[in-house]
Amino acid sequence: MNNNNRHLISILLENEAGALSRVANLFSARGYNIESLTVAPTDDPTLSRLTLVTSGNEQVIEQIVKQLNKLIDVVKLIDLSETDAIERELMLIKTKANGEQRAEMKRLSDIFGGRILDVTDATYTIELTGDGEKLDNFLRAVERDAILEVVRSGATGIARGQKALHI
Amino acid sequence: MELITGAEILVRCLKEEGVEYLFGYPGGAVLHIYDALYVQEDVKHILVRHEQAALHAADGYSRACGKPGVALVTSGPGLTNAVTGIANAYMDSVPLVVFSGQVPTALIGNDAFQEVDAVGITRPCVKHNFLVRDIKNLAETIKKAFFIATTGRPGPVLIDLPKDVTIAKAEYHYPKKVKLRSYNPTIKGHAGQIRKAVDMILSAKRPIMYTGGGVILSDGSPELVELTQLLGYPITNTLMGLGAYPATDKQFIGMLGMHGTYEANMAMHDCDVLIAIGARFDDRVTGKIEKFCPHARIVHVDIDPSSISKNVQVDIPIVGSVPNVLRAMISVIRDEKLKPDTEALGKWWRQIDEWRGIKSLSYRQSNEIIKPQFVIQKLYEVTQGQAIITSDVGQHQMWAAQYYHFDRPRQWINSGGLGTMGFGLPAAMGAKFAFPDQDVACVTGDGSIQMMLQELATMKQYNTPVKIVNLNNGYLGMVRQWQEFFYQKRYCMTYFESLPDFVMLAEAYGHVGMRIDKPRDVEGALREAFAMKDRTVFLDFITDQTENVFPMIPSGGGQNEMLLAERDEMVSTHDEGMVLL
Repeated sequence: MNNNNRHLISILLENEAGALSRVANLFSARGYNIESLTVAPTDDPTLSRLTLVTSGNEQVIEQIVKQLNKLIDVVKLIDLSETDAIERELMLIKTKANGEQRAEMKRLSDIFGGRILDVTDATYTIELTGDGEKLDNFLRAVERDAILEVVRSGATGIARGQKALHI
Repeated sequence: MELITGAEILVRCLKEEGVEYLFGYPGGAVLHIYDALYVQEDVKHILVRHEQAALHAADGYSRACGKPGVALVTSGPGLTNAVTGIANAYMDSVPLVVFSGQVPTALIGNDAFQEVDAVGITRPCVKHNFLVRDIKNLAETIKKAFFIATTGRPGPVLIDLPKDVTIAKAEYHYPKKVKLRSYNPTIKGHAGQIRKAVDMILSAKRPIMYTGGGVILSDGSPELVELTQLLGYPITNTLMGLGAYPATDKQFIGMLGMHGTYEANMAMHDCDVLIAIGARFDDRVTGKIEKFCPHARIVHVDIDPSSISKNVQVDIPIVGSVPNVLRAMISVIRDEKLKPDTEALGKWWRQIDEWRGIKSLSYRQSNEIIKPQFVIQKLYEVTQGQAIITSDVGQHQMWAAQYYHFDRPRQWINSGGLGTMGFGLPAAMGAKFAFPDQDVACVTGDGSIQMMLQELATMKQYNTPVKIVNLNNGYLGMVRQWQEFFYQKRYCMTYFESLPDFVMLAEAYGHVGMRIDKPRDVEGALREAFAMKDRTVFLDFITDQTENVFPMIPSGGGQNEMLLAERDEMVSTHDEGMVLL
């Protein structure tokens, strides 16, 4: 019972004041895990798309999905971990870039498909997109002392193929 | 085009919803609404003495008659006082529409006088809530609120109304219907699941029906009675479900759970098929989850998918409204002329009757001192089992549930989920508004009654004659019972060294007060009180201070580990049980 799997849940939410708090509140009130959460309006201005990463055993995830569906502001949701899906997260990372480090950092960024967005004589600011694991790997590859700042957007995702979450 | 104010729109909407009573308390932010109420007579406003009572009264009204209860409170402290009542209704799934005043929109967020984030504070304890910022949305929001509160699994809905919205003017248009794309409760059960459930139910050798408040909320009692009698199966009700099946019928084996009957809990423990209907496997019912119904396959019917497999994994879930699903089950059984296993059932009933023979609700009568159970028994006799009974929370609540045999739904009104002391008196008042011609009694204790005592004034003002049955033992009895059993009789803060003279107090409020301290006077006092049809009577029964509620499943125990009165030495529960409460 204790295999806590990571789940990526994507929600179409009424774009109304307080809707986000209802979701966040549910997780804190019922003691569910929340690892990351992203939210933004969609092409339909009455709807927001919220993606969250949570973890729990099968029973917990089932309850999370049911409790989310029970919220009046939740229009539809999909557990992307139950389907073939693409997951992406954006990371902005500011690193030291001095002397030998400078060339090394550029190489590393290239290997991971990163883009250097800003350059000073002592720093790089790199943009990197990928699933969470790729971003973790990049952070591991960079020397600990070289990292000045890390900003991660939290995971978002979409199902592969014809499957689409819409109303 | 006629333009009317937000306050007038609100009052008109209430009329269209057929709202008879609005329970409330005025204040600065709702002055316009009170002004709009002043000039009409269709919606009767009941002025309570504390906002919590407005909510409990609306709640009691709703539970008694099935219509949504409606309350109105002002901003700030008005709303915060109402929160307990809102949470109480939420836990017991009672449909309420609550209006709270709010500071003008321009002041929201400025820490204005009597400002509180009503929508934020109530969010975890409402089915849904709204802040109306634009008068154009007011009427539609009210329609949505009634729709959400009364459909699916019912619950309270709050509408927060900034003062300027009640003053602004708009054209009045009340939609006949609303549709919410994100809210569409499943009413009809899945036919395939129902078919599978029927097969499982009929394959049972040791079946039991376990039904809860959902049957009452959905008015599913007739279907429940029909199905249960068609099957001939034993049935137990939860605290919230009492009355859904007539308690005096032989198939009824009593309430289950922590203070349930021996036969109900033993039958639950030993059953092979559990038919759960409109019940939510609450911890007061299951005891220790790991020991719950160890041999059972489980069918669970509930309108709320999140109630299913929340605490206990079930084998056949059916999402739908209780009467709807039960009718479908009855049709399958009748159409296909299906029969239960009568031989196995006969054997099962013999076992249950043996458990019944233990008479787990017996207690030792006394000629000197009034036993609380005796008062409830006499209350049942004197009212011929017909009164609407409300209760507060504690020992008296359990005794009322055990010894008053409820034969019809909506006759038993108590705070089951939240366990709110103070609920009983305002709820009784609300029930009396719903049914002015019926006897209404509030069974309470000296602790609970003091939490909403001020409502005696409201009851005088509106002449809602309720009989208050106070089981006065000078203690917070249920807490004292736990201290006796589990804290080596260290009675910390459970004895009231000072109590008011309840007789004088009742008289001070303009009611009749009676003190009864001899068992021989109990019945006479009750008869005298119920004969005074138009008076509220406060019956202060001085009862045995050390009486405990039995049977009892101590925390952490299984359903077959009950302690019975006069039989078991109460032993200290293990640490894990202490945590379980």
